[in-house]
Amino acid sequence: MPILRCIQDELGWVPRDCVPMLAEILNLSRAEVYGVVTFYHDFRHAPPGRNVIKVCRAESCQAAGGVALAEHIKRRLGIDFGETTHDHAFTLEAVYCLGNCACSPAAVIDDDLVGRVTPARFDEKIAHLNRPDR
Amino acid sequence: MSEPVIFVPRDSGALSLGAESVALAIATEAQRRGKQVRIVRNGSRGVYWLEPMVEVATGGSRIAYGPVAAEDVSGLFDANWLDGGAHRLALGPTEELPYLKKQERLTFARVGITDPVSVDDYLSHGGYRGLQRALSLTSPAVVEEVVLSGLRGRGGAGFPAGIKWRTTQQTDASQKYIVCNADEGDSGTFSDRMIMEGDPFVLIEGMTVAAIAVGATQGYIYVRSEYPHAIRILSEAIRGAEQRGYLGSDVCGSGKAFKLDVRVGAGAYICGEETAMLESLEGKRGMVRFKPPLPAIAGLFGKPTVINNVITLSSVPTILEKGGAFYKNFGMGRSLGTLPIQLAGNVKYPGLIEKAFGVTLREIIYEYGGGTASGRPVRAVQIGGPLGAYFPEAMLDLPLDYEAIAAKGGLLGHGGIVVFDDTVDMLRQARYAMEFCALESCGKCTPCRIGSTRGVEVIDRIQASRGRSKSDSAALLRDLCDTMTAGSLCALGGLTPLPVMSALRHFPQDFGLPANAIS
Repeated sequence: MPILRCIQDELGWVPRDCVPMLAEILNLSRAEVYGVVTFYHDFRHAPPGRNVIKVCRAESCQAAGGVALAEHIKRRLGIDFGETTHDHAFTLEAVYCLGNCACSPAAVIDDDLVGRVTPARFDEKIAHLNRPDR
Repeated sequence: MSEPVIFVPRDSGALSLGAESVALAIATEAQRRGKQVRIVRNGSRGVYWLEPMVEVATGGSRIAYGPVAAEDVSGLFDANWLDGGAHRLALGPTEELPYLKKQERLTFARVGITDPVSVDDYLSHGGYRGLQRALSLTSPAVVEEVVLSGLRGRGGAGFPAGIKWRTTQQTDASQKYIVCNADEGDSGTFSDRMIMEGDPFVLIEGMTVAAIAVGATQGYIYVRSEYPHAIRILSEAIRGAEQRGYLGSDVCGSGKAFKLDVRVGAGAYICGEETAMLESLEGKRGMVRFKPPLPAIAGLFGKPTVINNVITLSSVPTILEKGGAFYKNFGMGRSLGTLPIQLAGNVKYPGLIEKAFGVTLREIIYEYGGGTASGRPVRAVQIGGPLGAYFPEAMLDLPLDYEAIAAKGGLLGHGGIVVFDDTVDMLRQARYAMEFCALESCGKCTPCRIGSTRGVEVIDRIQASRGRSKSDSAALLRDLCDTMTAGSLCALGGLTPLPVMSALRHFPQDFGLPANAIS
């Protein structure tokens, strides 16, 4: 898993081509490696957009306006969870608890955790995003 | 006179509200004004509605200000805050905040007070006394101290920690392991994160004591990937402990070895289940294992392994330092000691409240939490994360005690409380519980893997149908929940019925069903 993590940190996703290579190096079957890659939600199977937005959908955030926030973000970006915009600017991912429940609702914008997110605060945050292509 | 010290938290919660830019603004402004200050990045005190909460220490006491935004910093200097000048954000001495003053902090005694990565700070606040005492005792005596304290696993299952330790201690093996479960995935819980970010040494010390007690030489902390700050701070603290001889081949000159490493998860809720976690640590899919064999006898790589939650292990230093009998004096019934309660959701004053077991939900939600943030009436409360039951307002006099909550069909879990106001739709919450189970199921047991998806469908059918067909669907949902409870290996499939059935039992009107439709 630390190897897969390194690959994803470097590339932003885990390309399918890595599987046979890793299997050979680690003396595992390709099925075993593929099984691990597909089991964990963190590992992406396609390149993400330049900016990755993760929104918490768990109970504490639901209780504090998280559902309306998620709807706003989907509308604002024009995509659903698990999708990337056509211009590859944004990928929207769902997460289930960021441990920031006392500051609900929470989201992660690129690598920054943001608490007490309102639709207005979200719009303000993404207005400044300008991450260069990977 | 020494320079004033300014504390700005580096806790994730505070950072998510702009603590980093506040710290930067303070440094810049102090320099511009030619003021000598020392900025310490502490953990959070757990009063989250006041974050980022900045504290200024001049002389003996610490004065709190919050919530501070970067734009407020210049005004704070204008008000002469370094010498206790009046300001609208001033909250008085931190220790006197009623929210903190009424608590009984044992495990969280240092969180928010010390610099989390300073060994010296830890030592000067009573750190490593538990380990020193443990090193002066025999291994079985250390285990018996923990048994005596009545400490139960704080991760959710509530199994007596000392019994687990005793099993591992009495099992002969060439290698034993200590694994700390820091895969805190339950919504509404964040106490593990606060410890790892605010006082990582207490966890490191607790794990070292466990290692000495059972004869383990290697430890792993399995941290979820959603906690990057905790991972960074823990790693820094482990390096510090190694440099000072508190970890390594010769712990405190005792001749005993203990090495500790951090392992990072990859976003799988099920890996908080102890056997799935072991699979994940071994580099495999996080599939739940059959028990027996118990991990205490055949755990990580088939070797005897103690697996405890962050809070369980972090409670150990106090128990060793002050004795099991001291710890046992807190609490009620068979729930002994203190519980770090995490209050979140729709609540005015969310945060961390460490109290002895036995405090009621009502006290926590109203006296500490101040009711809902929206100002509307409380309608439902979920205790113990996504697998915990929903209780109506009328049941809030329940004490926080493992047995009392179980008797009412709920579970205390990791001590997270999520409050909902009267706009909540309980059918939707029940549906979400099934959806979450479907998403996070490891797939090993059919009732969990398939039952959860069928559960979502049945709940949709209850919503869409009327009359006879509706009550038939409700009966079907109950049958399905019974099957999941009885036919799943672990808590995910086994306990998802709790939120679903409690929603149906206590809030039948949200399902369009008459009262007492489900007994």
